[in-house]
Amino acid sequence: MNSSLALSSATFIYALSSIFYIGSFSFKKQGLAKIGFIVLIIGFLDNTLGIILRWIESYQMGYGHAPFANMYESLVFFSWTAAILYIFVELKYKENIIGVFATPIVFLAIAYASLSPDINSKITPLIPALKSNWLIAHVIACFLGYAGFAVAFGFSIMYFVKPKNPDARSIFAKLPSLDIIDELTYQMVVFGFLFLTIGIITGAVWANSAWGTYWSWDPKETWSLITWIVYAVFLHLRMMRGWYGENLAWVSILGFMAVMFTYFGVNFLLSGLHSYA
Amino acid sequence: MKKNQTISELIWQFFCSVKLAVYTLVLLAATSVIGTIILQNGTPEQYSRLYGEAYYNLIKIFNIDDMYHAWWFLSLLVILCINIVVCSIERISGTWKIIFPKKLKFNPDRFRKLKTLEGFIVNKAAISLSGGYERFLSKTIGKVIKQETQTGTIMYAESGRWTRMGVYVVHSSLLLLLLGALIGAVFGFKANLQLNEGATSDTAFMVKTRLPVNLGFSIRCNDFHVKFYDTGAPEEFKSNLTIIENGKESFTKDILVNHPLRYKGINIFQSSYGSGRPDSVVLDIIRQSDKSVTSHTIKIGEEIGLPEDQGLFKLEGFMPHFDFRGNNLGEAFIGRITQKDANSFQIALPTKFPTFDKMRKGSFAFVVKEFEHKYYTGLQITKDPGVWYVYSGFILMIIGCWVTFFMSHQSFFIEIEKISDTISKISISGTSNRNKQGMKLKIKKIVTKLKDI
Ligand code: HEM
Repeated sequence: MNSSLALSSATFIYALSSIFYIGSFSFKKQGLAKIGFIVLIIGFLDNTLGIILRWIESYQMGYGHAPFANMYESLVFFSWTAAILYIFVELKYKENIIGVFATPIVFLAIAYASLSPDINSKITPLIPALKSNWLIAHVIACFLGYAGFAVAFGFSIMYFVKPKNPDARSIFAKLPSLDIIDELTYQMVVFGFLFLTIGIITGAVWANSAWGTYWSWDPKETWSLITWIVYAVFLHLRMMRGWYGENLAWVSILGFMAVMFTYFGVNFLLSGLHSYA
Repeated sequence: MKKNQTISELIWQFFCSVKLAVYTLVLLAATSVIGTIILQNGTPEQYSRLYGEAYYNLIKIFNIDDMYHAWWFLSLLVILCINIVVCSIERISGTWKIIFPKKLKFNPDRFRKLKTLEGFIVNKAAISLSGGYERFLSKTIGKVIKQETQTGTIMYAESGRWTRMGVYVVHSSLLLLLLGALIGAVFGFKANLQLNEGATSDTAFMVKTRLPVNLGFSIRCNDFHVKFYDTGAPEEFKSNLTIIENGKESFTKDILVNHPLRYKGINIFQSSYGSGRPDSVVLDIIRQSDKSVTSHTIKIGEEIGLPEDQGLFKLEGFMPHFDFRGNNLGEAFIGRITQKDANSFQIALPTKFPTFDKMRKGSFAFVVKEFEHKYYTGLQITKDPGVWYVYSGFILMIIGCWVTFFMSHQSFFIEIEKISDTISKISISGTSNRNKQGMKLKIKKIVTKLKDI
């Protein structure tokens, strides 16, 4: 067993889980979602194994670093965090159909990592600036944040597919009530906001120990700040201006666009210090 | 808008509104995008070339070449700060009254009507239940207020009033952060210093203005090392530095990327490196006619006679980047040959291509045998007295967010009603200032716990 085998099998297991959830949604069969959940947990364990093996392999190659150092590794870790977050939500809120909006995100991220020709899956050594424990804290926090926003995005989509008065036989009848969707979206945003805050802060502390400035307005930093502000606006609109439902869902979708740009757009379109992930 | 308000009241109201906060934040986010697309801190030539003269004038007017320090961007931050201060002052007295009420009161009718209300029937006497329930509430929630009613008993317990302070902590942390940034900008500096191995300096140069700053002590670079991975990527760079104060060596320390030296409020970071000028080189001089080789160690600036009185060779210097027909051949020694007929010309000896000079097909070929590689170390030198304010802001921000998001002010209500001597009806409800869905689940959990008592 090696890490690339574990991670590519995890990709297929996640695909299978998404298919079960989508099937459960389309054919109104709760049972399929239950199978989907078990498959998701298996995929998650496989994903975990892959990350651990990759960590060990990097030591065997003599580079010895945590597997959070390039785009490939961060995408794999993103799937991992989105998966565990969704597993937690399903266990806590006992709503299983909503997996149809979360599991495809888990699958797409890891599939993109494995299949895109732009993304190199080789284990590479760390440049000196990346050798810091703050790096690990920074990456973990940022990706927990991104995962929260991704799941919130999935839930926001529900507003636009769920009709206001679903008739009992439609496939939408099984979806949770709008109140619950609202609460779940909010909980995910709050989770994401806390961890993005921690991510930005640990990044700043790390930059201060590596370069002597905690903030240098480099494009990645600036875009993570923009993302953070969009979600701060989300929180204020909801708490203080009474926004809810579709309007607020649009803000969550806009926020996730900012996340995507921070994550991919900056790397591919703009230049700066963060050439890795 | 009410009539006869004074100007100051109007201003206060303007800064009180959360609408203003939303607009300011949206503007900050939207304008921040500009600086990630348009080059920052470039030279006028770069701007003219990239955007043309007309746009360059526009960029100049709005300071977009350094937009995160432009007056209008800083004004947005100032508005945000005033907004936070005014809004917090306006609301804090209300919050204070909630956190420290004169007397703890609760309204049973309100709790009987709550959405979270759950109920069940037990086959036990009402009196036998209240003791156990009270113990449960006081153990899991907090102090219990108990009242007898005509039909039974009601109980109330609550926790986490203080968590309502969380948002104030978040907002003040933001002020602290910006204060720290301001202190750093006014009293701190960011400078660079390049030191050849063996060199000493007490003066660095500001990153932006290139003005010199005196550090108050001298730094000597004793040694610089760079280690590479087998892929060719750098693995580690390390400078061995000695701090010299008042002419005396104070101490010596290695610095690496991520492991800076902090001394007297000044931070010294390993930031880059490059090739410095070597002192001397070992050259093989090959006579082309009989391939005989003589070896010489030559210092830069030194002149030697060529074998058999064929002329002179002077080692004139060293170039980090030698350009040969448009190609950068890297480091090269530069020499000058003066022939017997007084004809003189320059030759280049790139160190990566030791036999380069043979191509010249002269009567002698010069081959770089070895030389001691010298480096310079690039140090970033900063002073930032505001950083501790910023770090305190960071910590408060995380604590504040945690408290606001995951803790709440929760109140619980249990009513035991006597139906008959052996049957009681139990009702449970609760409220929370946030996460209503979580409260519903929590009430359901409490119901299953109470059923076991
Ligand atoms: C980047 C700037 C800001 C950040 C990060 C921030 C953060 C927060 C957070 C995390 C909350 C809690 C939201 C929730 O409970 O879901 C909050 C609430 C609030 N914010 Fe801000 N805020 C910012 C700027 C402002 C400004 C400028 C104002 C000025 C009016 C403001 C006024 C409020 C108010 C009134 C609340 C509600 C407090 C309560 O629930 O009692 N915020 N803010």
